[in-house]
Amino acid sequence: MKSGELKLLLTSSPFLKQEEDTPYIMRQVIIALLPATLAALYFFGINAFLVILVSILGAMFTEWLFTRSKGVNTLHDGSAALTGLLLALVLPPGIPLWMAFLGGVVSIGIGKMIFGGLGSNIFNPALVGRAFLQAAFPVAMTTWSPVIPMNQFFHLYHTTLGIPFLKMPTAVTTATPLARMKFDAQLTAFHDLFLGSTAGSLGETSSLLILLGGIYMVLKKVINWRIPLAIFISMYVFAGILHWINPGHYAPPTFHLFAGGIMLGAIFMATDPVTSPVTQKGCWVFGIGIGFLVILIRTFGGLPEGVMYAILLMNAFTPLINRVTRERVYGTE
Amino acid sequence: MNLLTFTSTKTFRHGIHPRDYKELTKDKPIERMPFSNEYVLPLSQHLGAPSVPVVKPGDKVFRGQLIAEPGGFVSVALHSPVTGKVKAIELHHHPSGKMVESIVIQTDPFSPQTLYHEHEIEWQDLTTQELLIMIQNGGFVGLGGAAFPTHVKLSVPEGKKAQFLIVNGVECEPYLTSDHRLMLENYENVFLGIRIAMRILDVEKAYLGIEMNKPDAIELMREKMPPDLNCEVVPLQVKYPQGAEKMLTEAVLNKEIPSGKLPIDIHVIVNNVGTIAGIGQLFRFGQPLIERIVTVTGPGIQRPANLMVPIGTRLEDVLEYCGGLKDNTRQILFGGPMMGSPQVFLDVPIMKGTSGILCLTDYEVKVREEYPCIRCLRCVDACPVYLNPSRLGALAKKRQYEAMLDYHILDCMECGSCSYVCPSNIPLVQRFRVAKALLREQMAKQKQTG
Repeated sequence: MKSGELKLLLTSSPFLKQEEDTPYIMRQVIIALLPATLAALYFFGINAFLVILVSILGAMFTEWLFTRSKGVNTLHDGSAALTGLLLALVLPPGIPLWMAFLGGVVSIGIGKMIFGGLGSNIFNPALVGRAFLQAAFPVAMTTWSPVIPMNQFFHLYHTTLGIPFLKMPTAVTTATPLARMKFDAQLTAFHDLFLGSTAGSLGETSSLLILLGGIYMVLKKVINWRIPLAIFISMYVFAGILHWINPGHYAPPTFHLFAGGIMLGAIFMATDPVTSPVTQKGCWVFGIGIGFLVILIRTFGGLPEGVMYAILLMNAFTPLINRVTRERVYGTE
Repeated sequence: MNLLTFTSTKTFRHGIHPRDYKELTKDKPIERMPFSNEYVLPLSQHLGAPSVPVVKPGDKVFRGQLIAEPGGFVSVALHSPVTGKVKAIELHHHPSGKMVESIVIQTDPFSPQTLYHEHEIEWQDLTTQELLIMIQNGGFVGLGGAAFPTHVKLSVPEGKKAQFLIVNGVECEPYLTSDHRLMLENYENVFLGIRIAMRILDVEKAYLGIEMNKPDAIELMREKMPPDLNCEVVPLQVKYPQGAEKMLTEAVLNKEIPSGKLPIDIHVIVNNVGTIAGIGQLFRFGQPLIERIVTVTGPGIQRPANLMVPIGTRLEDVLEYCGGLKDNTRQILFGGPMMGSPQVFLDVPIMKGTSGILCLTDYEVKVREEYPCIRCLRCVDACPVYLNPSRLGALAKKRQYEAMLDYHILDCMECGSCSYVCPSNIPLVQRFRVAKALLREQMAKQKQTG
């Protein structure tokens, strides 16, 4: 054997690697979002399609803009597209497209890139984008266009093609289940919440489809099941106690679990690994905190929904949680 | 087959489940490799002081004859694997990448290659000390890969007491099957070795841990176990790195070895099954450690095999015997894929600690793009000593080595589990290795000046 022909590599162990990489994880999350995305198209027709499209474009364009100067292309890791999709799913169906685009830009620009890009951000980028839109355009962000029948798929809401900074056209609106609860003390039927034929953000309406995506991700081990479970348990217990104290005044805990954005938030937003704790104990604390804050805001705050602020607040606590929940090292007390 | 064989729940916490690739060689009986023309025996193939040659160039040596004495307490003897002539004592390529003083022996082509002074050793009446000296002079080191002198490991420090002997038949590294074949084919050596080790340690009970991917070995060891030998075969779940001392002790006894301590601190001694079988061989036939079982495997080798190879055989001779390399071979490792060391020279010798030769091709060695850490926690769930590789990796990247001490970097045993699971392809173990080396250097310096 001639060693001259053979070029042997000198690298260091380990030499075995599992195949699942970061783009794979991002793809799995996007796949898990497909049922909820298709439901959005079913309920809100072409409007949903356009909002999702421009939100993803806004996110990817911004990612490209920021990484262009560094000469690297990070678009293929899929994280920008995922952020754009997640943002779109938490926007109202009739939101003007230019706002959705701007939301994508802010999500990536302010939510992620100024912190140093993927892995360095403190807050969930999609929620940063949503928080920005909520602050800048409170009316558009609380205008809930009604579900449209499937045979009018190409029916555009008046607001969808709204032009920047012109007065918003008056829209036909309807109230979300949480708003009905908060302001009119009216409960929505459970099966409507579960299947999604209620008003709400694009991807938040059907709890069932979001749960399906969540189960898929848990099976594929791309999310930490402890976080959504901790959120649900903590919400259920807290809302349950309130409901037990005064059933006439406080909604039953199951209503809270299936109404509004909590399913999407707990399963797809809170589980964002970058902005959640790095210890298992910490993930329980993180989830319990979110659940508690959601009920607190929904019940005692001025807004009908509090998932976004609950998650963003707990994101801010993540470094602290990491510090106080450090795991015991093997062979130490 | 005993149903219990397949229902063990015994294992340690965390760890990983890589595919084991053992199907390449697990059913191949051990073949004895024919003698080569020349053997290279580095004086340093164990942890501790190098051996000291007692022969000089031109001397005639017999197979199994002493050619170098132990260079201290933490050192062992070295024997000629072949009858022939000492050709030279010179610097030679060593599997560690360095040049190391080595004895080169030229084989006598006309010798029948019988063992020098083959005899059974009556050990029942020998004292513990005598037994330990025989093991040291037999050249025995841990055959699992670490190559720590066996007599040192079996010497219970004063004031401490051993309670259990754990024999490591786990072989958790993917691809390797040498211990598996050894248990199937040389079980008598294993049992005698256990007896002698138990006598030396003065323990009442031994355990033999075997993972459930070797059901035939579990069954055979149970079936052939002498009734008067108090050794329990413990089937273990398949998980890497169960062969690490800490993990095996936890799996078998459900006890943790305290950080920075040795198994003896919780009254346990762990020994590799190959080493134990070698001790059996020594007392049955008077054969010192002059050969070992090596799994030659991987997608890059023409004919994967389990070989009985004389220590000192050159890598190229083994590869040639196995039909040579395939054209797309890009990397050759000594040991398994998780903790093995890459070789760049084909004239390096098989050493006492060489458990396998793994030939990897283009596909396995492809360079993967590194992504930023997304703190997915997979490494935290994988680390068998409960470190936070994600955090440690970030600190290492920023060269904050001092801060890594606080995160217990020195407890890292470089098993590679974190690098294996990392979806961002971050070279975590490589970074830790650098950090640990620098920290150790720094601490040694402080000791000197302080």
